[in-house]
Amino acid sequence: MSLQTNLPGLPMKNPVMPASGCFGFGEEFAKWYDLNTLGAIALKATTAEPRFGNETPRVAETPAGMLNAIGLQNPGLEKVVSEKLAWLKALETPLLANIAGTTMEDYEKVAAELSSTNLIGALELNISCPNVKEGGIAFGTDPDLAAELTKRVKKAASCPVYVKLSPNVTDITVLAKAVEQAGADGLSMINTLSGMKIDTRSKKPLLANGSGGLSGPAIKPIAIRMIYEVRKQTELPIIGMGGISTCDDIIEFLMAGADAVAVGTANFTNPFICPELIEELEKWTLEQGMTSIQDIRRQGVIS
Amino acid sequence: MKKENMTICSNQEIAENTFEMELTGALVQDIQAPGQFLHIKPSHENVPLLRRPLSICDADQRGGTLSIIYRTEGIGTNLLSKKTNGETVDVLGPLGNGFSLSDINQEQTALIVGGGVGVPPLYGLARELARKGVHVETVLGFSDAEALFYEDAFKETGNVYVSTVDGSAGQKGFVTDVIDQEDLAFDRLYACGPTPMLKALENKFPKAEGFISLEERMGCGIGACFACVCHTQTDPEGSEYRKVCSDGPVFPLREVVL
Repeated sequence: MSLQTNLPGLPMKNPVMPASGCFGFGEEFAKWYDLNTLGAIALKATTAEPRFGNETPRVAETPAGMLNAIGLQNPGLEKVVSEKLAWLKALETPLLANIAGTTMEDYEKVAAELSSTNLIGALELNISCPNVKEGGIAFGTDPDLAAELTKRVKKAASCPVYVKLSPNVTDITVLAKAVEQAGADGLSMINTLSGMKIDTRSKKPLLANGSGGLSGPAIKPIAIRMIYEVRKQTELPIIGMGGISTCDDIIEFLMAGADAVAVGTANFTNPFICPELIEELEKWTLEQGMTSIQDIRRQGVIS
Repeated sequence: MKKENMTICSNQEIAENTFEMELTGALVQDIQAPGQFLHIKPSHENVPLLRRPLSICDADQRGGTLSIIYRTEGIGTNLLSKKTNGETVDVLGPLGNGFSLSDINQEQTALIVGGGVGVPPLYGLARELARKGVHVETVLGFSDAEALFYEDAFKETGNVYVSTVDGSAGQKGFVTDVIDQEDLAFDRLYACGPTPMLKALENKFPKAEGFISLEERMGCGIGACFACVCHTQTDPEGSEYRKVCSDGPVFPLREVVL
């Protein structure tokens, strides 16, 4: 029986990785467990220049979910390479480096420099962050812009490129097909859903940014439906995410058509969630007498 | 630093909407300094989803217990308030950096200033300072007499002055009014409470040495999610920052923008 999951640039010993933005650059979680137990690590978004992000409050709790508007806070390309990747290179776990920007040139620069370090397995294009006003999300909702950006980043990068799709669109399959034709090596889906919470006492939005991105168990059915729809249209590898917090959730994502999964918000409530899920998944597949975890995805959904 | 199901020894209302909970578990032994906090999951279900950061009020490492004090403000703290002895709560901790006691000596005076639910972490601090032989003066500010707690407990560590906004207990006014009226002098200042109170103290004592403890909405509580970030006073508009959960919650006076 094997949990081995081989995706472009990411030879993973199991299909579970922490999701970008929910795990920093790994240092904090390394104090709690051995990061080599993970299938891969999706790093926090890197931008060309350092970003402070939005003012606080940056998070708000919602029913079975949370809104966040961090605003892509990160130390910038130079420090990500000199400090974060320098620390991460001691790990065997493959790295998926999430990149964001406000112009196509930003993305090209970050993609070229991060991939040239040879320390990352693949890039994840963040074209779906709902919390940055200057752009980002525009690339994620316009299929032509998404395709052009994918093409340019593919040219600039020396490693496989995954595109992280936004659920804040009418038909996500249009975006999926556009970036596939532009040469994407894989898809990550879904990013957060744009949402808002109002403090009825103060009559003000709870988040300083006004709106934010909804994550957590509340969005899982949307992620499942979108992966299911996209899987019918493409054979591209899919890293599925959106509210995963149990082993059964992982199985559901694989059935819907994901090849691997990313765990996001659950890391905030239980820092041990990823290694715990990996262990449970291993046990479950043994009980099922499965030879490979990929069988779940191959068998798919009975309809 | 552990994730543990701690057992509730007691959970009682000590002031209006204010509860004191005593917990026992192995992580008590990991506490390094007063001012550290626990990140508590009020429910094992998905609603409410997130943990609640609550300061450790006091710890008895020999007896293996600690206490927290919380106000019932929302769904999470209300759930906590209904828990009974013998039940367990999922706790992550101890987290963050507490108050440093290394730079104050026996002959010196510590002024402790607490406001509302900012008071609890200062109790463990007051006890540690008193144990060290430091002269402790405490000013506690509350909205009204109903909200007042721990006045007697603090008296075991030194003089205590109380202020309430409506004058229903102690002196009418804010903690800064009491400091003026009593003409309190000190070598080190330690404070925790509403941001306007902390700001008023920094403005009033621009050269004082000491520490403040901050409160902020948190996600993970361990430094990974960047929810509880604040600017520094040396780079108030720039990209320099401190995380309240893992760099704090205790900071030297004037280090972060309030």
